[in-house]
Amino acid sequence: MQAIVNLSYLVSVILLITGLRRLSHPSTAQNGNIVAALGMGLAIVASLVTPISVGDDNYFIITLALIAGAFIGWTMSKRVAMTAMPELVSLFNGLGGACAVAISIIELYQYQELFSRKFNLFQQVEVSKHLTTQLAMFIGAVAFTGSIIAYGKLAGKIKDWKIPSAGIVNIALVVAIVGLIIFRVLSPDASFFLPMLILVLSLVYGVTFVQPIGGADMPVVISLLNALTGVAAALAGIVYDNQMMLIGGILVGSSGTILTIVMCQAMNRSLFNVIVGGFGASAASGQDAGEQVVKEATSNDVAIMLRYSDNVMVVPGYGMAVAQAQKTIKELDNLLSEHGVNVHYAIHPVAGRMPGHMNVLLAEADVPYPKLLDLEDANDALPETDVTLVVGANDVVNPAALDDPSSPIYGMPILEILKGKNVIVLKRGMSAGYSGIENPLFFHEKTRMLFGDAKQSIQSLIDEVKTLG
Amino acid sequence: MDQIIQFLEENPMVLYMLVMAIYLGFELISKVPTVLHTPLMSGANAISGVVIIGAILLVRQSASDDYLNLFLGFLGIVLGMINVVGGHAVTNRMLEMFKKK
Repeated sequence: MQAIVNLSYLVSVILLITGLRRLSHPSTAQNGNIVAALGMGLAIVASLVTPISVGDDNYFIITLALIAGAFIGWTMSKRVAMTAMPELVSLFNGLGGACAVAISIIELYQYQELFSRKFNLFQQVEVSKHLTTQLAMFIGAVAFTGSIIAYGKLAGKIKDWKIPSAGIVNIALVVAIVGLIIFRVLSPDASFFLPMLILVLSLVYGVTFVQPIGGADMPVVISLLNALTGVAAALAGIVYDNQMMLIGGILVGSSGTILTIVMCQAMNRSLFNVIVGGFGASAASGQDAGEQVVKEATSNDVAIMLRYSDNVMVVPGYGMAVAQAQKTIKELDNLLSEHGVNVHYAIHPVAGRMPGHMNVLLAEADVPYPKLLDLEDANDALPETDVTLVVGANDVVNPAALDDPSSPIYGMPILEILKGKNVIVLKRGMSAGYSGIENPLFFHEKTRMLFGDAKQSIQSLIDEVKTLG
Repeated sequence: MDQIIQFLEENPMVLYMLVMAIYLGFELISKVPTVLHTPLMSGANAISGVVIIGAILLVRQSASDDYLNLFLGFLGIVLGMINVVGGHAVTNRMLEMFKKK
């Protein structure tokens, strides 16, 4: 039996790796996800039938838990609006971290019983195993509370507020946690107070780690926390001597780390800068908006401009996602295309709340893939663009990144839409972007503002273009 | 420290597997187009739910009257399963949008 189980784990690992590889190509991605899910299913079955030497199997409880978890996960993923996906991924990730915490606590509690039997030297716990379990709990706990905070920020349930001297607090917390873990594994005693203290400090650290980081950097943070959950799973795999957990966890850990770095590069910032810097924390550089004047446009003006343009560029941002405007934009696109206008979409790598967020939404609205331009291609095409329509994007088109060294986003590559002839910004009101940074674009002479909900504004543009015939 | 060295002496394969898996993860991701970043992150997130295997093994190895173990283990399985099933399902939903053309 054990041989069959071992083989099943091996097959599961192969399925996971194949799945991940297929996930990284557009044409095979969906299939890859299914392959990975099959691998996971097989591994779960293997863990259910693997022979065990102690315990009562408790199949009833396990079955109940599996069904409950599957039902909840399935329902949540079916009910969520596509705009809310990033925060859902973050929430799921937090639950994975919590799972690692739960099993680490049980494992540590079992060691505890051995530590209390002082004279039984045969049953001592290896230091390496003890250390691994403590680390799994630490990292799992950070991933848990950190992901919940990231979820809250993206869902708008938690505001960006600053923890006083967060940098020092965080360094002190890490030093304290690591110190306590080392002390604990080297001189364990019969009290369970210390592991619980480590747990509480780790949970607190997850909060203080993510809270000071600005909402605009949440994609990077989620990716990083995802990698952490993977590491926690891998550590638990070492404790259980389970290769499936080890390899699956490490794969997520390393691929998540790479993804995090790729995202940081897209913003021209280092990971250190993201974690320590805290976007929005230094928003002092923004100019006083009150003294500057914005020029407002009517939908009629904009419709005329669009209708008689040759090249139109749409720059979508989170505002498009919130307003669910992607299908309406596609409608406007169709209408303009009938009149011979070339419509393209400029996709900044970090537009929205996750990389690729805009691509997903536009794909949902059936916008053909070749119409989507990445940062470089878009910047090449912008000088030929007659009208740039900014739909709920802000920081990714902020020219301060190019010319204002005091701006917190200085140096981040942006869509240089001021190279184009006219800029129309669709926006709800004059509030700053998610990073809390003032945007000089709005006050530029080429810019006209069209205030209102993005979907309604575009709908009225459609109506106006239609009346033009 | 001695114990850690001893652990490595006794389990060299763990170290090999660790390094190979890290390398593999790097290789798998490094050439991914931006479009797939979100689905990939979501898919990887679902895979990080492998930790559920630990929770299953733990509950199976527990005595049927060990309520603390059973409670935390139950919780672990539920949370892990939400992560795995929800993660794969939401990834599938994202990818479905790329398919219909």
